[in-house]
Amino acid sequence: MNPAYSVIFFTTASGAGYGLLVWLCLAEVAGLLPDHRWLPFGTLALALALATAGLLSSTFHLGHPERAWRALSQWRSSWLSREGVAALATYVPAGLLGLIWLFGLSSPLVPVLCLLSVAGAVATVWCTGMIYGSLRTIHQWNQPLVPVIYLALAAASGAVLLALILSVWGLVWPALLALVALGAALALKLAYFARIDGSSAGYTVQMALGLSPDARVRVLDPPHSRPNFVMREMGYQVGRRHATRLRRIALGALFGAPLVLIVVSLFGFAPALLTLAVLSLALGLIVERWLFFAEARHVSMLYYGQSEA
Amino acid sequence: MPSQPKVAMDIPAGDTMRQTTCYICACRCGINVHLKDGKVKYIEGNRNHPVNKGVLCGKGSAGIMQHYSPARLRAPMKRVGPRGSGQFEEISWDEALELATDWLGSVRKKDPRKLAFFTGRDQSQSLTGFWAMQYGTPNFAAHGGFCSVNMAAGGLYTFGGAFWEFGDPDWDLTKYFVLFGVAEDHASNPIKIGIGKLKARGAKIVSVNPVRTGYNAVADEWVGIRPGTDGLFVGALIHELFRTEQIDLDYLVRYTNAPWLVIDAPGTARDGLFARDASGNPLAWDTAKGGLVNGKAAGITPALTGRRDLPDGSTARPVFELMAERYMGGDYTPEAVEDRTGVPADQIRRIAAELAHVAFQEEIVLDRPWTDWAGRRHDKMIGRPVSMHAMRGISAHSNGFQTCRMIHLLQILLGSIDSPGGFRYKPPYPKQTPPNLLPHGASGDIKPEMPLGGPHLGFPHGPEHLLLDDAGQPSRLDKGFSWDAPMSAHGLMHMVINNAATRDPYGIDVLFMYMANMAWNSSMNVPGTLDALTAKDDAGNYKIPKIIYSDAYYSETVPFADLILPDTTYLERWDCISLLDRPISEPELVADAIRQPVVTPDRNVRGFQEVLIDLGARLKLPKFVNEDGSPKYPGGYPDYIVNHERKPGIGPLAGFRGADGEDSCVGAPNPDQLDKYIENGAFFGLHMAPEHAYFRHANRGYLDWGIEKGIRMSAEPTIFQLYSEPLQKFRLAAQGHGDRQPPERARDRIRAHFDPLPFWYPPLEEQAVSGYPLHAITQRPMHMYHSWGSQNAWLRQITAANRLYIHDSVGAQIGVVDDDWVWLRSHLGRVKCQVRLMEGVNPLTVWTWNAIGKRKGAWGLDDDAPESNQGFLLNHLISELLPAGGGGYRYSNSDPITGQAAWFDLRVAIEKADGAGETEPRFEPLGHASQPPSPRKLAFGRSFRKART
Amino acid sequence: MTSLPACTDKKLGLSIDLDICVGCQACVTSCKEWNTGGYSAPLSDHDPYGADPSGAWLNRVHSFEVSEPGWARTLHFPRSCLHCESPECVTVCPTGASYKRTEDGIVLVNPDTCIGCKLCSWACPYGAREYDHDDGVMKKCTLCVDRIYNDTLPEEDRVPACVRACPTGARAFGDFADPDSAVSRAAEERGGFDLLKEFGIGPVNTYLPPRRGPAAQANPHQPGHPATSPNGARVAPLPASLAKPGGTLEKLFAWADRALTR
Ligand SMILES: Nc1nc2c(c(=O)[nH]1)N[C@H]1C(S)=C(S)[C@@H](COP(=O)(O)OP(=O)(O)OC[C@H]3O[C@@H](n4cnc5c(=O)[nH]c(N)nc54)[C@H](O)[C@@H]3O)O[C@H]1N2
Ligand SMILES: Nc1nc2c(c(=O)[nH]1)N[C@H]1C(S)=C(S)[C@@H](COP(=O)(O)OP(=O)(O)OC[C@H]3O[C@@H](n4cnc5c(=O)[nH]c(N)nc54)[C@H](O)[C@@H]3O)O[C@H]1N2
Ligand code: SF4
Ligand code: SF4
Ligand code: SF4
Ligand code: SF4
Ligand code: SF4
Ligand SMILES: [Mo]
Repeated sequence: MNPAYSVIFFTTASGAGYGLLVWLCLAEVAGLLPDHRWLPFGTLALALALATAGLLSSTFHLGHPERAWRALSQWRSSWLSREGVAALATYVPAGLLGLIWLFGLSSPLVPVLCLLSVAGAVATVWCTGMIYGSLRTIHQWNQPLVPVIYLALAAASGAVLLALILSVWGLVWPALLALVALGAALALKLAYFARIDGSSAGYTVQMALGLSPDARVRVLDPPHSRPNFVMREMGYQVGRRHATRLRRIALGALFGAPLVLIVVSLFGFAPALLTLAVLSLALGLIVERWLFFAEARHVSMLYYGQSEA
Repeated sequence: MPSQPKVAMDIPAGDTMRQTTCYICACRCGINVHLKDGKVKYIEGNRNHPVNKGVLCGKGSAGIMQHYSPARLRAPMKRVGPRGSGQFEEISWDEALELATDWLGSVRKKDPRKLAFFTGRDQSQSLTGFWAMQYGTPNFAAHGGFCSVNMAAGGLYTFGGAFWEFGDPDWDLTKYFVLFGVAEDHASNPIKIGIGKLKARGAKIVSVNPVRTGYNAVADEWVGIRPGTDGLFVGALIHELFRTEQIDLDYLVRYTNAPWLVIDAPGTARDGLFARDASGNPLAWDTAKGGLVNGKAAGITPALTGRRDLPDGSTARPVFELMAERYMGGDYTPEAVEDRTGVPADQIRRIAAELAHVAFQEEIVLDRPWTDWAGRRHDKMIGRPVSMHAMRGISAHSNGFQTCRMIHLLQILLGSIDSPGGFRYKPPYPKQTPPNLLPHGASGDIKPEMPLGGPHLGFPHGPEHLLLDDAGQPSRLDKGFSWDAPMSAHGLMHMVINNAATRDPYGIDVLFMYMANMAWNSSMNVPGTLDALTAKDDAGNYKIPKIIYSDAYYSETVPFADLILPDTTYLERWDCISLLDRPISEPELVADAIRQPVVTPDRNVRGFQEVLIDLGARLKLPKFVNEDGSPKYPGGYPDYIVNHERKPGIGPLAGFRGADGEDSCVGAPNPDQLDKYIENGAFFGLHMAPEHAYFRHANRGYLDWGIEKGIRMSAEPTIFQLYSEPLQKFRLAAQGHGDRQPPERARDRIRAHFDPLPFWYPPLEEQAVSGYPLHAITQRPMHMYHSWGSQNAWLRQITAANRLYIHDSVGAQIGVVDDDWVWLRSHLGRVKCQVRLMEGVNPLTVWTWNAIGKRKGAWGLDDDAPESNQGFLLNHLISELLPAGGGGYRYSNSDPITGQAAWFDLRVAIEKADGAGETEPRFEPLGHASQPPSPRKLAFGRSFRKART
Repeated sequence: MTSLPACTDKKLGLSIDLDICVGCQACVTSCKEWNTGGYSAPLSDHDPYGADPSGAWLNRVHSFEVSEPGWARTLHFPRSCLHCESPECVTVCPTGASYKRTEDGIVLVNPDTCIGCKLCSWACPYGAREYDHDDGVMKKCTLCVDRIYNDTLPEEDRVPACVRACPTGARAFGDFADPDSAVSRAAEERGGFDLLKEFGIGPVNTYLPPRRGPAAQANPHQPGHPATSPNGARVAPLPASLAKPGGTLEKLFAWADRALTR
């Protein structure tokens, strides 16, 4: 699948934003946040800014951004629509929280709003994951692990961000949380790679063309001698060797480096080290998301020379 | 559930619909052109049209992009830079026509030979040929010589019809169809419609073709033959028919010269000619009478075998016996041919058996009484439902004439020519064998300011009809009808530029061309042709001093002309597809058609025919001016179409003649004729009576009706010439008989090839070169027409670059996989191209799609277009001349009998090329400053968008 | 809208005969031609005269070489939207622009509400959806909905443009819900099949398989050449009923004389 940069940015940035939102709200409810006038608001603003930037960038990918509002209408069947609804719905409690915190008010509603925000954020990320996870046409996406990983990566990236922020106050628990979240995400991602490697949905070119399973098939001429929309969009594929290298980079940047940096940060220089961790994580996320697309094989490519999908 | 949007379902196809004839290829389908606000919106097939019956091909359906091509020429132009530079100055039509008149007029005054007028993909040959005749130059032909004259000549010399577009398999009745060497052909839609019919009925389709694509892909059986060996394969089928005694002897006796006696008197001037009686009738041996009789007479019981004594003491044997001897001999046994053809002997035997089985055990009986030429009444028509079609896979080889004849022999032995379920003539065929149409243009016939004595192209019956000068040299520039190509019924357009530049046989002053991309895909040896077009003499003048060219688009040839006469597109002009030329008839329908302008040109262009008629008047060519010198057709081409009469009552169009428009074929000009055509859907069709629809070579009713309708010259039947006496006459000349004999260098060549009975010989290039193990051929893509298609924004998305298709085993041998680059070498040069591997190809054959490669700067394409960077032509490898034989003379790379260009004789070697890259050779980009830039994107139809919901 | 109708009154679709299709591309360009001026107007083209020409097409023809033991051929394979019975291209659509019509099952995109998110193209297993970069919306085969009900067209022309053009008659249009329709009967008789049936999306368009006759296509055998076809040259033997004894010239002449004097 063609990795569209706007989509990569959208899913990674909004994932981190929603992750941060979740941890922020949970910490608030648990009363774990240091008492600082601007901390909750500032963090919330950052979380919403990331989420919003992501959402906005996803509309760049649309042919008609001005009609984007229409995407809210089909929540009964479409995960993309649900994602939009959930994202917008999350703005309500999160926005109220923001107002409360902006004006430094205290309200009994805060825990409720926090929990609602958490629910909204989790739902939004889940929907994002399900947009991909529900596509039966792409075996590498059509995995139960996919939405879970979307959640786990959102949680991990949110946690690392929170760890960086709270490191200013010298808090250690967020770093530990980040370690746990990263570890969990790493485990899931490894499980995912293991799951998709060498497996396919079992669709074959013979099925696509209605031939007996032992028929041999090769493309003589594609419909057009230059790539068409389908080949560009669905036919994008990264070579196996590249994929392996990129996986290493992704795992190193996304998990390896941040894990080490966070552990070291427990012993000092936390803000600086965690800043590095965030940067590495961002790079890793982008590579991971790029690979998520580039390793995905669409079943329609059976008509364009692929023998299995 | 929410309500669905309402879709507007009442938007008409357009606001106006006009009917005309498609011209994107030579198939000439009827089209309905829907216009909206004066713009072409949709083109569909005309359901009533006899050719396409409503369907349309991939090209015709992309006509919008052909019509709105950015490569269209815009105005007359005069060259201002060197040839090839593409530097032109736009001039007015007046200036252009004056210039042309000046150039052409002075040539006509001095020596009309010095004009060579060649018209390529011409569909108005009855006009262009007539014009050239009036001008008086012998140097006229259209594309037939480089196209498929072998098929036309092979058929016309044999049975008075031909494959190509002169006849059709009986699609509705045939049960077994053999297709030889066809990828697409002129009858593009009819063949496809026919294949659909065969499939619907479950008839068997056998394809004989080195490549399994297109029609050959859907065949029930594929014979992946080695190129150039069909004569062996067909010979072996004939062998099998003889061996198993499955031949329609009655048919042979009734319709062919099988019983005619051939004189056996080696060394004499009569050897191999037919024994004839005093009045010139061929003799046969009558078994009932026990004596010699007129072989053409009705009611004889001729012997097919047995040597007979002639009154003069010599002996003679019937044609049948000679045939049996040839094909029963060892050369044509399935085992003898299997290695060379690549067709297993078993397969040959089975196909022969199937052919015979269908012809004789599954015969068709139509309850349709008819009368034969001798007045004998038959109450039934017995059909042999085996049919065949063949085209360039046979004809584009230097043995194509004989191979084509052999296929006709096979059809005739099975009794299937014009029999129900067999191969059917399309009127005005059948003609006589050979047709009574002789070539004109021998040197004595050429005089300043005088028309030629008759049409240029014809069918010599012997050496006496060659077009030579007093010294025995060719009188035509292309050496047509000379000893180099005695029966070149369509000329040799592929030799014109080269011969003109080398001044062999002579130089010319003006080369006038129409609709032929001779600087590219229709020439052999493209680099050599480009040299010839730009070659200068010692004085620094071009060896071809003046070139006038009419094209509609900025093709590769345009930059080489000195004067450009820009044509309209096919939707902007009048035209006439005439029975005098190549009509659109179907087997039971005499038909012709017109084109009418359905849109008005938005550029300063004129229809070429319009211009030619204007030039004719300016030059005062006899039939183009009145006595007082005023133009005879002041109304231009439509005026000519309606009012020109070739013979009294016979004009370009056959329909709606006579003052009231009620006459067909013969009748006075009708001023409203074109309106009638338009009313009728831009064509005219005259059905023939069912009892006239078969056996027309010998059908009394048809023969008489044909004469009445002016489509038949002779009331005599057409007798199939299994044994072709004209060939023997040439051979006798080569053996030293007669007063017209070939030059020494040509004797062996003529002796060897002019065999009156079809036989197989290896293609000439194969005989002349070694070290090139593979055959290289091209195929037409169904969705592209030669070079025209690449300017079409839609078609070029389907194929913007061609690959060289090679068999897996060749790939393995030289170590290449898909998309690798290879060098392909021939005795002429080398080409670098990209491969694709396949299994459905004869292993000794490589092939590519024809004419996809383009030169930079042409066709409105960007310089980085795949057509010019990855696309390639095999033409760079095909020499127009054969390697020098003994004596150093280089013959044209053509069939020695007909001069048919031998495109598919090409032999190559292949090797892996290093690295990636681009095709080679690549030529300097052509300048194209006179053309507007091509758009970066298209959204055709945006203006037609309406509220849809 | 994105929700699917429980069932449709008709199941309109195409039947495509792979045995007949010669790969001529007529259906491809006639489709483009009608639709670039019709419901889907325009079907844009990018770089039409340049290095990388591409555009929106609603129908494409692939060519394959296929072989099964003892049988081989080149297969031309037209492919457009199959108007599936449970089209996931519709259910994923966030805007409702994609929908399946209740009355006839045609799957359409409403170009006035589509936001161009391309998700539907990801959901279609056949690659049958075409994004128009210039127009910013998704396009697809409309089954020529603006022809088949269009009473400004002569009745016989109320068929899809591709069916109207196809010179071999490999394409047919009809109602698969009606077991007596020509397309249903052809599917029944010829063993019509669903593309990628295993995917289970219920394509309505049906493909008729290439015939595998007794005299299967033989791969070329070319002695003296290293090529031996991987799946082996298979030439059906001569059926005994067609075999005739061999003859000599003398026998032939005797036969000819006999036959003619009968
Ligand atoms: N290698 C190889 N070469 C071949 C062949 C092959 O099989 N293999 N085939 C040969 C055969 S059979 C043929 S017939 C030739 C064909 O080759 P050509 O006769 O050159 O045919 P085209 O390339 O179709 O076009 C000729 C010219 O006609 C112009 N033209 C198009 N429409 C119009 C119009 O309306 N008016 C005017 N005035 N001009 C127009 C085009 O722009 C083009 O320049 O190619 C031959 N060359
Ligand atoms: N779409 C389209 N239609 C066209 C044209 C076009 O350019 N495009 N051109 C028109 C013109 S000018 C012409 S002349 C006709 C020609 O129409 P075709 O006769 O169909 O011409 P080609 O495409 O050259 O096809 C020649 C076929 O012969 C096969 N072949 C080559 N050598 C041999 C051989 O030795 N034996 C056998 N049995 N087969 C062999 C090739 O594989 C190929 O399939 O088409 C006309 N129609
Ligand atoms: S076959 Fe196609 S291109 Fe040729 S005349 Fe017919 S519609 Fe036009
Ligand atoms: S073929 Fe694809 S686009 Fe068409 S209905 Fe089925 S899933 Fe949707
Ligand atoms: S591209 Fe248009 S039709 Fe497709 S899913 Fe998005 S909004 Fe729906
Ligand atoms: S039905 Fe209409 S839109 Fe669909 S492929 Fe055929 S022509 Fe194109
Ligand atoms: S028009 Fe018919 S024969 Fe031609 S490619 Fe399309 S389906 Fe096949
Ligand atoms: Mo041709």
